[in-house]
Amino acid sequence: MSALALARSGCGGVAVTLGEAELLLRASGVLWLGRARTLVAADLHLEKGSAYARKGQLLPPYDTADTLGRLAAEVAALDPVVVVLLGDSFHDGEGEARMAPRDTQRLEAIAARRRLIWVVGNHDADGPKALPGEVVPDIRIEGVVFRHEPIAGPQTGEAAGHLHPCLRVAGRGGKVRRRCFVTDGARIVLPAFGAFAGGQNVRDAAFSTLFARPPLAVALGPDRAQPIGWDMLVGD
Amino acid sequence: MDGALATTELPGVFADWFARRGWRPRPHQLAMLEKARAGRDALLIAPTGGGKTLAGFLPTLIELAERPKRNTPAGIHTLYISPLKALAVDIERNLIAPIFEMGLSVKAESRTGDTGIARRARQRVKPPDLLLTTPEQLALFCAWEGARRYFEDLACVIIDEVHSIWPSKRGDLLALDLARLQQYAPGMRRVGLSATVDDPAVIQRWLAPKAGAPVDVVTGAAGAAPIVDILLSQGQVPWAGHTAHHAMPDVYDAIRRARTALVFVNTRFQAEFAFQELWRLNDDNLPIALHHGSLAPEQRRKVEAAMAKGALRAVVCTSTLDLGIDWGDVDLVIQLASPKGASRMVQRIGRANHRLDEPSRALFVPSNRFEMLECQAAREAIAENALDAEPERTGALDVLAQHVMGASCSEPFDLVALYDEVRTAGPYRDLSWEDYEQVVDFVSTGGYALKTYDRYRRIVKGLDGLWRVRNAETALRHRMNVGAIVSAAMLSVRIASRRGTPGRKIGEVEEGYLEVLEPGDTFIFAGQVWRLVGVTGVDVLVQRATGEPAKMPSWGGSKFALSTLLARRVRELMSDDRHWRVLPPDTREWLELQRDRSAVPATDEMLVETFPHHQRRFLVAYPFEGRLAHTTLAMLLTRRLDRLGVGPLGFVCNDYGLTIWSLRPMDGLDFAELFAEDMLGDDLESWLLESAMMRGAFKNCALISGLIERRFRRDQKSGRQISFSTDLVYDVLRRHQPDHLLLRAARDDAAKGLVDIARLGQLLARIKGRIVVSRLDHLSPFSVPMMTEIGKQNAPGSAREMILADAADALIAQASA
Repeated sequence: MSALALARSGCGGVAVTLGEAELLLRASGVLWLGRARTLVAADLHLEKGSAYARKGQLLPPYDTADTLGRLAAEVAALDPVVVVLLGDSFHDGEGEARMAPRDTQRLEAIAARRRLIWVVGNHDADGPKALPGEVVPDIRIEGVVFRHEPIAGPQTGEAAGHLHPCLRVAGRGGKVRRRCFVTDGARIVLPAFGAFAGGQNVRDAAFSTLFARPPLAVALGPDRAQPIGWDMLVGD
Repeated sequence: MDGALATTELPGVFADWFARRGWRPRPHQLAMLEKARAGRDALLIAPTGGGKTLAGFLPTLIELAERPKRNTPAGIHTLYISPLKALAVDIERNLIAPIFEMGLSVKAESRTGDTGIARRARQRVKPPDLLLTTPEQLALFCAWEGARRYFEDLACVIIDEVHSIWPSKRGDLLALDLARLQQYAPGMRRVGLSATVDDPAVIQRWLAPKAGAPVDVVTGAAGAAPIVDILLSQGQVPWAGHTAHHAMPDVYDAIRRARTALVFVNTRFQAEFAFQELWRLNDDNLPIALHHGSLAPEQRRKVEAAMAKGALRAVVCTSTLDLGIDWGDVDLVIQLASPKGASRMVQRIGRANHRLDEPSRALFVPSNRFEMLECQAAREAIAENALDAEPERTGALDVLAQHVMGASCSEPFDLVALYDEVRTAGPYRDLSWEDYEQVVDFVSTGGYALKTYDRYRRIVKGLDGLWRVRNAETALRHRMNVGAIVSAAMLSVRIASRRGTPGRKIGEVEEGYLEVLEPGDTFIFAGQVWRLVGVTGVDVLVQRATGEPAKMPSWGGSKFALSTLLARRVRELMSDDRHWRVLPPDTREWLELQRDRSAVPATDEMLVETFPHHQRRFLVAYPFEGRLAHTTLAMLLTRRLDRLGVGPLGFVCNDYGLTIWSLRPMDGLDFAELFAEDMLGDDLESWLLESAMMRGAFKNCALISGLIERRFRRDQKSGRQISFSTDLVYDVLRRHQPDHLLLRAARDDAAKGLVDIARLGQLLARIKGRIVVSRLDHLSPFSVPMMTEIGKQNAPGSAREMILADAADALIAQASA
C-alpha cells in the first residue's frame, strides 16, 4: 500500500487521494469531495422492496424510507452543493412511479438549494422522469470521471458503483462481512448505499481485472470506516 | 388388553399368514385392531422391534380385504406419514410382501420428493388404497385444488415415529394438515405410532382431532432390558477432548467381536474422524461403512442396502440412522462420546437386536471424564426407564402463515371457519383471534403498518366473502416452497475435472462446513482425503489427495444439548461420593482431586471458581445445563462484567460449564448479584436482537412463512444470497416495524430452541442462594476441558489436535501439582 496515501479523518471516515482529487470515504458509504462540496452515493436501488412485492414477494416496504433517511442525514451533516447519485438509483424503471409521496418529498428536500445529478445505471437507464435534478451518463469532477459501471481493465481517475463491493475478514471470533469501498489509488468502486442492495465479495472474479495492483478496501461501520489490506480479506 | 385378545380375531387369510410365518399376533397388534373396529383414534406406544408398523397397518389391510366391491373407483383409504422419505419407501417395500403373500387386492404406493413425475401424475388420477408419504408431501397435497375430493374417502391416517415429529415446526404443519384432512373426511381415524416416551399425554393432545377428544393409548410390552456397558480403555479416560481417539483400538475390537455394529456419533466431523481411525486399524479389512447427512443420497442408499443384506460389519453414523427400518442383524450399538439424552439413547440402542425377548447390547465410549459421569448417569436412567420430558408446544406463527396460504391455494376459505379449523389442531388450540388475523394479514399484504402493498395482495377476499389466492402464478410459487424444514444452504461437493469444471458429485456439505479451509488444503470427506480446489457458486470443487495428511473441516459441537434429565442425574451422581463407587478408579480420583483442591457442588448448587493462569484471570461456573443455556449465560455475564469494569476478553462453554477470562481479577465480585435473575430482562433482549442466532431464526421464519422464496423455477438462488438478503430485511424491519409478526415469531424461536432461555431461567432460580465459590491459586481439575478449548477455534486440523494435547498435558500437570 506504500504508494497509496491514506489517513483517518476526525469524522470516522478515511481520506484517500485519486490523482489530484482528495476523497473522504465516509463510514455511511458515501464519498465526499470536500473542495467541490460534492457528495456521491451509489446504487440506492430505491423501491426494490415494492419491485419484489409487485411480483408477489412481500418484502418490507421500508427500504426507500430507510435509504433516503440515511442519505438525508449525510446531506444534513455535510451540506453539499452537489449531490451525485451514481446510477441504479431506482431498482427498476417504474420505481419512481411507485414511490410513496412522503419519500418523494424527502428526495425533493434533498434536491432543494443544491444540484442533484442522476448518473444513469443499468437498472435505471432513462433516469427519473418527474423528480428534480439533471440526468447524465457520467460526470467529471476534479479530474475524476464518475460513472455507474466501471470500465474493464485498470483505469486511472474513475469512480464507479455497480459492483456492490463487500469484504469478508476472518478474525478470532469468526468472520465479518461488510460493505466496502475498494481502491488502488487510480480508481475507486463505491459500496451500494441502498438498504436492500446485496453485496459481492471483492475477491470475486468481477473485481479481478479492475486493479493493476492489490487494492485497499475500506469497510463501512456504525461509527467509523476501517481501511483493510488485501491480504486480510477472504472470499465467501 | 387381555379382553382384546379374547374378542378380537384375525380373519382367516391373515391368521393363516401369521401361522405360515411362525408368528403369533402380539397383544398390542390385536388391541390396535380392536380400536380400529370401534372407530377410535389411537396412539400405540411400543419399543422398537415390537411390530409397531404392522400394528398400524393391520387394521387397514383387514378393512381393505373385507370391503365390498364398488362401482366407482375408491379414493385413498389410508394415508401413512413418515418423518423420513427413505422410511416411506422401505415401508412400501415391506408392505408389498404381505399383500402379495395373502393375495390381497390392495395397492400400496409411496410418494416422496424423489417420486417421478409419471407416478405422481398417475397417483393424482388413480389414487392407491394406501399412500405412504411425508409431512411435506401432505402439505403440498393440501395446497392443491381438488384436495377435498381427493381425500373424501380417507378412513385412516397413520403417523409413524410421531414422537420425533410432533415437537417441531414439521409437527405444527402436520397438525394443521390433519385438521384440514379431518374437514375433508370427518370420519377419518387418527393413529399414532410412537417409541416409548416420558409422557404419552402430550402426544395424545397433539394427535386429538379437537380439544378434549379422547385418543386411546395402547402400550406394547416392554422388551428385555438392554445391557449397557461403558468402555474402559486400559482404565484411562482423558481429562479433555471430544473424539474418543484414545479408545479406537477397543472400539475396533468390539466391532470385530460383534456380528454387526452401529457406531453412533454426534456430529458429521466425528463420523468422518472415527471412520478414518477405524480404517487405519482395520487390519482384518472388515466391511465398515459411513453414513451421515452430507453424503450423496445414492451413497447412503447403497450403505443401507448393504446393511439390509447383512454385508457390513459396522456403520459409523450420525442421527441419520436414529430412525429407520429394522435391521435384524445388528447386535451391538456403540455410542462414541456423550449420549446427551436418555430418550435418544434408548432409541439408538433399540436399533440393535430387533427381537423383543432378547436384550439389546450397547457400549458407551466416553471421550473425557465428564462424559464418563454422563455415560454412567445415562446407563442408570436407561435401567430405570427414566426418559427425557418434552415440554408442551405452541404452534409457530410462520408455519400457520404457510398453512393459510396453502389453504387459499386449495379452495376459497371463510375467515372464521378456517380459524375454527386451525384451533382443532393440537399446537394451535390457544391461538387468539388477534394473532390469527395478523397472520392472515401477513399472508395477504405482508402485515406492514405502512399499508402500501394493498394492491399486491397475495390472497384476496371475493364478493362472496371468501378468501382466495390472487392468481395461478402465486399458487404455483407457493407450492414450490411448501414445507417446514429449513436446512442450512447446501453446497455440492464435486470432483473437479482437469479443466477445473465441476464433475461427479460425491455429496453435500452445509455452507460453513468448510469455513476454515483455503484452496489447496486437504480434508476428509466421505471417508477419503480430498484437496479443496475452490468454491464456485453452489459447488465445492475437490481433487483426490489419497494418502496425504488431512485437516478437519469443522469441529462443530453437537447440535444436541445435554438433556435436563441427564444433567440433573449427572449432578446427583457427582454430589454423592458414596455413589462414586460405580465409577472407574481414574474418574474417582479425578473427582477426589476436584473435591480436595476446589469443591464438588451438591445437586442444586452451582460451583464458581476463580483463578489466575498465564497472566490472565479466569472465572469458571458449572451449572450443568447444556451448552446452549451456558452460551446465553456467558454472553449475558460478559455484558455485566463489562459494565463492572472487569473487561472480559472472551469465553468458552461446554455442556457442563462456562469459562470467562479477563486481565483483571474476578474473585472479589458479588456472585449472587452477578448471577441474579434480572439479567433476563433488557440485557437479554438487546443482546438477542443483535445476535446471529436471531438473524438465523428470522431467516428460517422468513422462508417458512413465504416472505422469502427458497425455490425458483429457473435459476436456483444460492443459499448465500438468501442469507444476505434476509439479513438486510431483518435490519430494515427492526428499524421500521419492531413489532412485526415475523420478528415476534423469530424471537420466540430464538428464545425457545436456540438459546434455551426457559432453561436458563430455571437455572438462575435453582442456584439462587446456592452458589459455592472457590477462590483458587491455580486451575482446578474440572476446569481442564474448557481451558483446553480456549484458542482452539483458530488452529486447524491435526495441528489443533497437537496443540490440544500439549495444552492438556501442561494443564493437567499444573492442576495435579
